[in-house]
Amino acid sequence: MKKTGSQILLECLRLEGVETVFGYPGGTVINIYDDLMDSPINHILNRHEQAAVHAADAYARVTGKVGVAFATSGPGATNTVTGLATAYMDSIPMVVITGQVPTPLIGNDAFQEADMIGITRPITKHNYLVRDVKDLARIIKQAFYIARSGRPGPVLVDLPKDVQMSSTTFEYPETVELRGYKPTVSANPRQLDKAVKLILAARKPVVYVGGGATLSDMSDELMEFVETIQAPVTTTLMGMASFPNTHPLSMGMLGMHGTFYANMAVTDSDLLIALGARFDDRVTGKIATFAPDAKIIHVDVDPTSIKKNVRVDVPLVGMLQDVLPRLTAGLQKHGDELREVIAATAGWRQQIVTWREEHPISYKQTKNTIKPQYVIEKLRELTDDDAIIATEVGQHQMWTAQFFDFIQPRTFVTSGGLGTMGYGLPAALGAQAAFPKRQVIDISGDGSFQMNSQELATLVQYRLPVKIVILNNNFLGMVRQWQQLFFDRRYSQTCMELPVDFVKLAEAYGATGLRATRPDEVEQVIRQGLETPGPVIMEFKVAREENVLPMVPAGAGLNEMVLAS
Amino acid sequence: MKHTISVLVENEFGVLPRVAGLFSGRGFNIDSLSVAPTLDPTISRMTIVTRGDNRILEQISKQLNKLIDVIKVIDFTEQNFVEREMVLVKVTADAEYRAEVLRIADIFRANVVDVTARSYSIEATGTPAKLDALIELLRPLGIKELVRSGPIVLGRGPKAWKSSE
Ligand SMILES: Cc1ncc(C[n+]2csc(CCOP(=O)(O)OP(=O)(O)O)c2C)c(N)n1
Repeated sequence: MKKTGSQILLECLRLEGVETVFGYPGGTVINIYDDLMDSPINHILNRHEQAAVHAADAYARVTGKVGVAFATSGPGATNTVTGLATAYMDSIPMVVITGQVPTPLIGNDAFQEADMIGITRPITKHNYLVRDVKDLARIIKQAFYIARSGRPGPVLVDLPKDVQMSSTTFEYPETVELRGYKPTVSANPRQLDKAVKLILAARKPVVYVGGGATLSDMSDELMEFVETIQAPVTTTLMGMASFPNTHPLSMGMLGMHGTFYANMAVTDSDLLIALGARFDDRVTGKIATFAPDAKIIHVDVDPTSIKKNVRVDVPLVGMLQDVLPRLTAGLQKHGDELREVIAATAGWRQQIVTWREEHPISYKQTKNTIKPQYVIEKLRELTDDDAIIATEVGQHQMWTAQFFDFIQPRTFVTSGGLGTMGYGLPAALGAQAAFPKRQVIDISGDGSFQMNSQELATLVQYRLPVKIVILNNNFLGMVRQWQQLFFDRRYSQTCMELPVDFVKLAEAYGATGLRATRPDEVEQVIRQGLETPGPVIMEFKVAREENVLPMVPAGAGLNEMVLAS
Repeated sequence: MKHTISVLVENEFGVLPRVAGLFSGRGFNIDSLSVAPTLDPTISRMTIVTRGDNRILEQISKQLNKLIDVIKVIDFTEQNFVEREMVLVKVTADAEYRAEVLRIADIFRANVVDVTARSYSIEATGTPAKLDALIELLRPLGIKELVRSGPIVLGRGPKAWKSSE
């Protein structure tokens, strides 16, 4: 039977198992939206295309499935750019469909034309312009395959209006043929043996876990590996929830706002085992003094990540699903040596405990002003272990990483690589759409919140009971912190001079607004907020000039931390 | 250090800007680039001359391989290869230098492909160094216009690079 392009698109999505799509209509996707009325796919109408893409991205982060978003051509399509770049930097599987002007008009500066293939080339894993309806099913099949396989990433499909309207016989291909793309590699066994030897020889090993562990759902295997060698673990922002921070071997996050003990351990280590991490500059600090005495084992599915920033002794190109169990099995074959290693590294573990006692992650409680860290601690106490926490970008994001002990994988949703303010609220929305029954919370600053606050309308419309915690310091706090520390307290354009009444704002959208201004109100507001049905804003007026510490100044070594203001 | 790499790519719409964009976006140099379809019309072959140390070259090669449309990347640096480039030069050929231009062309086994009363257009092929030498000799006689193709390369010996390898 013949189908139109727009019908084919929706049918392909259904066959890919897509249940929910986020998007925003317009002239060049009107056919798709018309056919959507006859499709079983749910659609959530966000209030901005950027938000639709962030929501699809978070949907993918919490479910492990491919997120999908729609936008119209021109401004709708260009509004997806930040969302695509955010997902690209964090390797999130996503397919974004944009409308395009009819093929005969492409290149003519037609109304609402933008060259999305050109614009999104460097911020997508791949992109397609569909020029013939006969190619559409194959392209959608490939788009999903590319998005979710290997190192995942967003794929954009630009779909001209005339292609949506023309018809062809529909047949969904069963397999994907891409001769230039063979992503599932299995690590070289000789390198694996070398890695096992290095691990057995190490006396100060550190396991450094990145987003790859989350993306590949390797938490259990990671736990087994770590318990096998009893090595301390540090994670990046993206790796955070894949290893429970309550575990005695967890050192929390490393890098610019990492813990003192994680950064000291990395600097002093003799073996760094990097799992699905990419040695980003926020993690390494000054390369010259990064883990200077350590041998490095680097496991990553993307060969370009390996040796890009740091020297590597044993590169292991492969999926963590392949490497991690093999590595553990390889080690377990050496039972006696392993026991010796565990005994011989006891001093190292003790050293880390000592560092931790010297400089734990901490803050000074005050009587009359709410400390932002206190709100996050309380929140952890009062939320379920499977609560999903999204954040925006800034100090509140780093405090969340430092003070919210994540326990379960895929419960922490944050823009790590791009650092996109305005990500958290639509991300929480996407996560709640995926799991309507779980607690979903956006931890925000007053600055970031205002970058996508229109999504309150979407939350209320779809009855998505996201709870929004605003740590209101009336500052663009993270930038203010840099100005305080490195620019002599010249607060150029970081004071949010107009205090917004967030409680009234919530009410204007039909949500609930609560506010705490004193420490003794914090717990009550959180309890009430969590219990109130529907979306709730909980605004906390917090200490205005609190800093995120420790801090490794940009360009300094990991062991050159600022510990107190 | 100079490196010559061949890249086999899908002969499809929009592949060239992906490759070019990768170089500019990551700050890699392109000294020259030439591209045309291969025996298999669904595949194009690009020859790229680039510069960088081994670490950069390794990144270039890995990044190229990461592109979905790239089928194969061959770095010729460590191999024996034949390298050829073509140049077309339009030189001033006033009466007093006409014979000199022809003599130089002859030495370089170049062909005159167009003649007027005041100009010769010359075609030459060879290694880039040979073409440099030719151009240096013609320069004092007056070069009006010049176009080089950028080198193309082929590995020496019986082994051949195909997309399937
Ligand atoms: C879209 C975007 N614009 C600018 C920045 C730079 N930036 C990083 S943190 C920050 C301040 C964030 O302020 P707020 O959301 O109030 O959070 P706080 O740091 O106060 O917790 C800014 C402006 C960014 N990361 N993203």
